[in-house]
Amino acid sequence: MELRTLTYLVVGFTFLVYVVIAVWARVDSTKEFYVAGGSINPVANGMATAADWMSAASFISMAGLIGFSYQGYGGSVFLLGWTGGYVLLATCLAPYLRKYGKYTVPEFIGERYYSKAARMVAVACLIIASLTYVIGQMKGIGVAFSRFLEVGYEQGLLIGMVIVFFYAVLGGMKGITYTQIAQYTVLIFAYTIPAIFISIQLTGNPFPQLGLGSTLLSDGTYLLDKLDLVLTDIGFKEYTTTARLSTLNMFFYTMSLMIGTAGLPHVIIRFFTVPSVKDARVSAGWALVFIAILYTTAPAIAGMVRLNLTNTIEPTPGNYLAYAERPQWFKNWETTGLLQFEDKNADGLIQYSADDATNEMVKIDNDILVLASPEIAKLPNWVIALVAAGGLAAALSTAAGLLLAISSAISHDMLKGVLRPNISERGELNASRVVMGFTVLSAGYLGFDPPDFAAGTVALAFGLAASSLFPALMLGIFYKRMNTAGAVSGMLAGIGVTLFYVFQHSGIMFVKETAFLGSMSPNWFFGIEPNAFGAVGALVNFAVAIVVCRYTAEPPEHVLALVDRIRSPN
Amino acid sequence: MSNNSDAYWRANIRLILKLLAIWFVVPFLGGIVFVDVLNEFRFGGYKLGFWIAQQGSIYLFVVLIFIYARQMTKLDEIFSGKDSADTRSTEEQIK
Repeated sequence: MELRTLTYLVVGFTFLVYVVIAVWARVDSTKEFYVAGGSINPVANGMATAADWMSAASFISMAGLIGFSYQGYGGSVFLLGWTGGYVLLATCLAPYLRKYGKYTVPEFIGERYYSKAARMVAVACLIIASLTYVIGQMKGIGVAFSRFLEVGYEQGLLIGMVIVFFYAVLGGMKGITYTQIAQYTVLIFAYTIPAIFISIQLTGNPFPQLGLGSTLLSDGTYLLDKLDLVLTDIGFKEYTTTARLSTLNMFFYTMSLMIGTAGLPHVIIRFFTVPSVKDARVSAGWALVFIAILYTTAPAIAGMVRLNLTNTIEPTPGNYLAYAERPQWFKNWETTGLLQFEDKNADGLIQYSADDATNEMVKIDNDILVLASPEIAKLPNWVIALVAAGGLAAALSTAAGLLLAISSAISHDMLKGVLRPNISERGELNASRVVMGFTVLSAGYLGFDPPDFAAGTVALAFGLAASSLFPALMLGIFYKRMNTAGAVSGMLAGIGVTLFYVFQHSGIMFVKETAFLGSMSPNWFFGIEPNAFGAVGALVNFAVAIVVCRYTAEPPEHVLALVDRIRSPN
Repeated sequence: MSNNSDAYWRANIRLILKLLAIWFVVPFLGGIVFVDVLNEFRFGGYKLGFWIAQQGSIYLFVVLIFIYARQMTKLDEIFSGKDSADTRSTEEQIK
């Protein structure tokens, strides 16, 4: 069957499933809307958390970042950072916040720090972090549609918005949870099937995790040794040992992503949906199991496709592929502009090297690595169609989770918590639906015309979560003496230094003209890049909070009782 | 806080510190700071440090969480004195 028809069928079928689930799971109480009634089985919640967590960035971009931009070993920061945060979440946050037993992260901060101001600071952090993150998802949805369904970017985005709108508004957290379980199933098959085929082709081992450490069928050398050799031959640095900037930078980068992961509200609220504290702990373990399946496959895809691609262009040293004989996938991706060739020495052959003067592969976009992997490995069309559906599932599931986090912060924390405390449950439920609809529209609007900052969102979202929310939550649970003044000044100081470092070069909210400190090197603080700065912001937050708290009044009795309650076994 | 809850909390903190020590040492020291030293050793076709950074640590994280969940369930049983299944949130229990 033709690829396009097949893609329509596969994607159309998955969408039908999501919509059917949404109608079946529609809700009529705020508890069901915000936390699915606290009734989700921990394994199911783990799977939904995995889909919620793994976005278009994990599915489409991560392996490419590891394979190309971060030169192999340097990409470990993503693998470690985006999984290790779950250990922090499972031991330091999720169980106690579940014990607390309410609906949102700002709600906890507001009650623990007995302050509406603290709650509003948390709401602001949550909205900025989640909204920047959601724009990235909307863009992913638009790109995936336009590439695979051959409709325009805008139409693609519109279809995606309608689908998310439908099941998120109707079903709230309950609808989102069950849809995310379906989406996880789609995305994990879509990710692992091509990887398994590629691993078998190269090494004969059906497990990509083992294949990456195996010998090649072609010449019996170890795959990674071969990759190092092939890449150093054409001037690149060694794949298995090249760090990202410096050891110190990798350390902070990894730590920032871990702390940020644990502090992202849309992940934390997933643990409010399980029936008990015990379930919250177990559920974090299951979430990581489901995430690890993709995250241990990603480095294998990265290494294998990089080797495949390099070998295709230069089968043996000095023997280059003629441009006229380039394979079909090469042509397909050239038309998207993500792959570009320029015959600099006009010999009709493709020379690929690390040297800008002679390299003729002038553009290899990171995103190609995963999306083109089935074509490079000559897999059948249904696999390509499945990858399209998987990419969309990853983007849709994360977008829905983020939208719920944003709308609950607005309707529950701002509207009910501060502006109109007397609103009825029915009124709040209706308000949260309206807010949800409005959030989908604004995210979509930003997706139509993504502001310059799409690329900087990682730094911003993780920086905010790491430098403001995570320390405030940790201290709230583990440091009984922590009071309003300490927590609020800590959060503001943490966000302050992080935003200062992120915006100094890229401009305030990524508006280039507002960049300050223009003449300094972007990584002036011990060579740490802005993406890795969240951990420094978190340290500042902890330090400021603890010092300020020492000199201000102890929290009142009822707050101490609250801390005792969330700490106690029953 | 009663003595009982105090002991429970201290046991919880001890467990967390132990697990987080492993959580820190393996990826940050093994996978980043001392990666070059460990890369002198092989693990099949992998350099050992590279394997820790791109595979091993992830498996370890999963194991750490399940150890924590299991140990805490045991602590819950010892300290709560009632059926461990009853761990509803405090608010629900008050009702």
